[in-house]
Amino acid sequence: MCSLCGILGCDDHWTNAVDRPGVYTRNADRQQRRADATQRIAAANRVLSFRRLSLAEWQGRSYVLSTATGATTIFDALSHLWPEAEAMATRGFDPLDPALIDWVAAR
Amino acid sequence: MTPVTLLTGFLGSGKTTLLQRLLTDPAMAQAAVLINEFGEVGLDHDLLDRIDDNVVLMKSGCICCTVRGEVADALMNLQSLRDRGEIAFDRVVIETTGLADPYPVLQTLRAHPVLRSHFNNGGVLTTVDSVNAASQIAHRAEAVRQIAAADRIVLTKTDLADPGDVLALCRALARVNPTAHVVTSDAPTPQIVGALDVGLIPDDIPDTASHEGHHHHAHTLNEDLGVVTFSLTVDQPVDWTNFGIWLTLLLHRYGDRIFRVKGILSIAGETNPVAIHGVQHLVHAPVHMTRWPKGPRTSRLVFILEDIDPDLIRRSFAAFMKLDDVRAVA
Repeated sequence: MCSLCGILGCDDHWTNAVDRPGVYTRNADRQQRRADATQRIAAANRVLSFRRLSLAEWQGRSYVLSTATGATTIFDALSHLWPEAEAMATRGFDPLDPALIDWVAAR
Repeated sequence: MTPVTLLTGFLGSGKTTLLQRLLTDPAMAQAAVLINEFGEVGLDHDLLDRIDDNVVLMKSGCICCTVRGEVADALMNLQSLRDRGEIAFDRVVIETTGLADPYPVLQTLRAHPVLRSHFNNGGVLTTVDSVNAASQIAHRAEAVRQIAAADRIVLTKTDLADPGDVLALCRALARVNPTAHVVTSDAPTPQIVGALDVGLIPDDIPDTASHEGHHHHAHTLNEDLGVVTFSLTVDQPVDWTNFGIWLTLLLHRYGDRIFRVKGILSIAGETNPVAIHGVQHLVHAPVHMTRWPKGPRTSRLVFILEDIDPDLIRRSFAAFMKLDDVRAVA
């Protein structure tokens, strides 16, 4: 269950949209879905490493976010990634912060 | 899925008059209408000729504050009446108060666990008053937000305004929201009703290079409010994963100052483009288009922002789009 909204199993984030006519999704095929999820976790981790956080998938169903000191939190939907990450890090993630832009570009 | 069209527009811009006219069209015979009013006594529903079970008045206050409960309750009530066979409707129109921010309604439709299975976003239709809009755009953030959120704009009271002023207003509207299509309220009813069927597929997203014949990337709309529109054009195919991470983070952080993001993307590995629509923190389900619209086959995103430096967005976008290059090395 998501700790923010209390809704069970709600990962219908727009990046991972449902397979519906007219909607762009990579959610239709199992292999593609796995490849996409792996890629998404890797890309998110590049950004999260700016605040020494790391993200992993749990049972292909939920996400586990960890700090460098081992604190963890679990959530179901990608829409909760950044609120959860900001709650765990002492400072936020600002995509327009030149330091974060340089971090992402340099690594 | 039943489309829900949001009819918004500043105070006195002619929403109810337009709705009254639309409801006389046979294409609207099966429309359910929700009217939100500010104040103790509702007036607008009395102005509508067609008062029946399909017209619901919500009068407990401004839609921005009450929307989560009241709009959701009203829509669920309509749905259960339909399930019981007591009423029939094929679309819903929600008329907001004149000061409403359209975002909470869209967010309610998207996030509500029951509503999102039955209703989808049928687009935002904004009425703009030809006589007063220029001053409203200059002084009222609500007016800018309503125009920014629009998929279609209906220009009202053109008969009362100087033609030169109307032309200037059209240019101003194009700067506030270059992606919205403008029709005048004296257009034939089918054309206006057609504006309700906007869907979410853009038929044209302006290209930066050709915008107003010069190469500026950003336009300041209102110096007092710090509202700027700018477009981002990308020649290379966009990686969907990187884009998703970037836009999700950007809207998480700045959604209250990004009134609108709309565009088409050339996604790596896809032949046809994908349309993206965001209003503040909300991104609608991406639309897989069946063909490229007119214009060059490059990714184009139009942003309407308040107090954000477009150059930082451009730099941020460029950096985040290389997340997958980094992964290949790691």
